[in-house]
Amino acid sequence: MPDNKQYKVFKIEQGTVIDHIPSPRGLAVFRLLSKNNNSLISIGLNFDSKRVGKKDLIKFEGKIISKKETDKIALIAPEATINIIKDFKVIEKRQIDIPSDIHGIIKCLNPNCITNIEKIATKFKVVEKKPVKVMCHYCERTAEVKPDMIDKE
Amino acid sequence: MPKFKGKSIVSLKDMEKKEILHLMKKAEEIKSGKLTQVLKGKVIASLFFEPSTRTRLSFESAVLGQGGSVFGFADPGASSAKKGETLSDTIKNVMGYCDAIVMRHFIEGAARRASEISSVPVVNGGDGANQHPTQTFLDLFTMLEKKGSLDGKVIGMMGDLKYGRTIHSLAMALTHFDVKLHFISPKELNIPDHYYDYLKAKKIEYVHSSLESCGKELDFLYCTRIQKERFYDPMEYEKVAGTYKIDKNSLEYLKHDTYIMHPLPRVDEIAVDVDDDPRAVYFEQAHNGVPVRAALLGLVTGTI
Repeated sequence: MPDNKQYKVFKIEQGTVIDHIPSPRGLAVFRLLSKNNNSLISIGLNFDSKRVGKKDLIKFEGKIISKKETDKIALIAPEATINIIKDFKVIEKRQIDIPSDIHGIIKCLNPNCITNIEKIATKFKVVEKKPVKVMCHYCERTAEVKPDMIDKE
Repeated sequence: MPKFKGKSIVSLKDMEKKEILHLMKKAEEIKSGKLTQVLKGKVIASLFFEPSTRTRLSFESAVLGQGGSVFGFADPGASSAKKGETLSDTIKNVMGYCDAIVMRHFIEGAARRASEISSVPVVNGGDGANQHPTQTFLDLFTMLEKKGSLDGKVIGMMGDLKYGRTIHSLAMALTHFDVKLHFISPKELNIPDHYYDYLKAKKIEYVHSSLESCGKELDFLYCTRIQKERFYDPMEYEKVAGTYKIDKNSLEYLKHDTYIMHPLPRVDEIAVDVDDDPRAVYFEQAHNGVPVRAALLGLVTGTI
């Protein structure tokens, strides 16, 4: 990669770049990952993208995102790409896979579901991948995953 | 032969066609008297956290009629739930007292949770607006009893298709057969979208119809009650509810062998003067709950 490329969001030495987030979901992805996160974060919104039309991107300086965080991104922006950076170079291109089963991470939107009444870890089956739709293992309601269903912890 | 012993019966989606047909066969054997005393020596817990007439009484009749014994409560006020005990703790206690648990709960997913905790099989007698599998089994039993087979049959579902859990369970169960469905309901009470997806995936033909247009095609007309509280505007309810009622006059839209079914209780969606028509089978349908539930308990406790 030639160094003379103009970057609208500055390069990072090490950390994580989440690219190709379809606009306007960038801020929702940011909110999911920002809790207890003290790294330097830069966000770019509404870039032109051949792949997704308009895209958002987020760079975390010094933070390598976890598998659990990758799974959360998969639920609201399955089109995104994740690059792990070291010494300004991409050392890992992480694949975003939508899991067939989701344990924890999201909560059931049905207020009358047992998972919202007793302390039980949620379980969902992914029934559609684009957009991501899940069925609650307990109350069997199906819902499209929205950012407010995802556990921020 | 399908393996039932120890299996909890929570949702129709857990049941394969061969399991459903095996259950139907055993229920028929109990009804005809070929199988008797199938629950002899078995103790069944009946936990009804929500009121019920037919489901609870037919389960109890099934147990007692087949030589088993039954204990439990018909009102959560009589249990420790009133003191704040969690469902999980109640199940952990009760499973030590019985060979199987029959449970109805107003919380959706309660039966699934109970089945994960319990060391004895749990039979879902209805969990909120979610599933009511034993109602569906007796519906299928009645249909098979009347027509011999379900393949090639046309079923009309009328009334509240949105909130009626018996409709949801029945629609799922019918996907095991080569049937055509007519949905007869106001647009506000159409079956939820994910059931259309489910039917499409299973290649089941369905169409929205009026009773007038599809009646002569139907082998079964499955009626449900439209509840007033589902409408914001009481005037709208009055307008809609009247359209989805069966009386002597509307019987003319049906074939001479279109059977009229209903999970009961009815309020006024089927006029009382329809009861004497030979096509009205809803009380017979309710009575079939006894052999079907006896067979199910016999299968899950491993006696048959």
